[in-house]
Amino acid sequence: MEMAELEQKVCKILADNLSVPEDQVTPSARFQEDLDADSLDLVEAVLALEEEFGVTIPEEEMEGVRTVGQAIQLVAAKLGVAA
Amino acid sequence: MSVRGSEWVPEAEATIALVTGASRGIGHASCLALARAGLAVAVGYRSDPEGAEEAVAKATAEGVRSLAVSIDVRDEGSVDEAFKRVERELGPVRVLVNNAGFTRDGLAVRYSTENWDATLDTNLRGAFLCSRRALAAMLKARWGRIVNVASAAALRGNAGQAAYSASKAGLVGMTKSLAREVGGRGITVNAVCPGFVATRMTEPQSEEIRQRYVEMTPAGRFATPDEVAAVIAFLAGPEASYVNGATIAVDGGLTA
Repeated sequence: MEMAELEQKVCKILADNLSVPEDQVTPSARFQEDLDADSLDLVEAVLALEEEFGVTIPEEEMEGVRTVGQAIQLVAAKLGVAA
Repeated sequence: MSVRGSEWVPEAEATIALVTGASRGIGHASCLALARAGLAVAVGYRSDPEGAEEAVAKATAEGVRSLAVSIDVRDEGSVDEAFKRVERELGPVRVLVNNAGFTRDGLAVRYSTENWDATLDTNLRGAFLCSRRALAAMLKARWGRIVNVASAAALRGNAGQAAYSASKAGLVGMTKSLAREVGGRGITVNAVCPGFVATRMTEPQSEEIRQRYVEMTPAGRFATPDEVAAVIAFLAGPEASYVNGATIAVDGGLTA
């Protein structure tokens, strides 16, 4: 999978799970401040990402994730997709 | 089943319940009560497959799908296996009744660490492991019911039950926290606190002790498992949609 495709897929899943329009879900968007996501929203989004990509994302690795871009990087690293 | 907000719309496909510790007692009776309400029922058991099969037969006789499933709630792997089997053969668990319980009474001063751990492992850790496993799918469905079978011993101390009351009070605390975590997603988490119930767990007690318990209870008798199961089935049903994080005593007035 190409990085651009991965980015698109992750953004789509996040938009669906956080119930926000897709055009707001950009790499620089911050979950809490820009997308109004609380901790449970984030957990649900992670569950959806895990299911879609068949990866496991431990809680510890989620701790520093504040933006959509960081979430994309996390999934990319799990899948071995280069930037 | 389809879900719109907190509105519950049952369709032809029945809601699926998993009851742990269901080969006997309150769990067994709960399977039947849930089956009567039209739910498909997975009968969780650890040591008594015959009792579980009996519950399956009773549920099936009510016209719902039912399945006996081996589950050791203390063991994460066993919990996952059991859920997978239910998901495969019945469907996703929408109602979880954490009923599996353990008690061994003894005064704290001589109470063994092993018994303390065994009590907490089944009653508290077990309920957590099952709830955690159930929640992901419930969140996704935006609908779910968790009913934790605590005890009057969570509300009032009993000499000889330090471990048991600690585990059940812990379960009440967990109930309230989970209710706050997932209450915005159409999921409710409640606890029932039975008083003295005529089950295998209370059988070993001497006649003298039983008599003392009866005297403590305004109802003047033990409960039948069905009387507790009725409240569990209510909490699992659509009518209880606004009951969340509640601790409901079903104790004949014992803690009143």
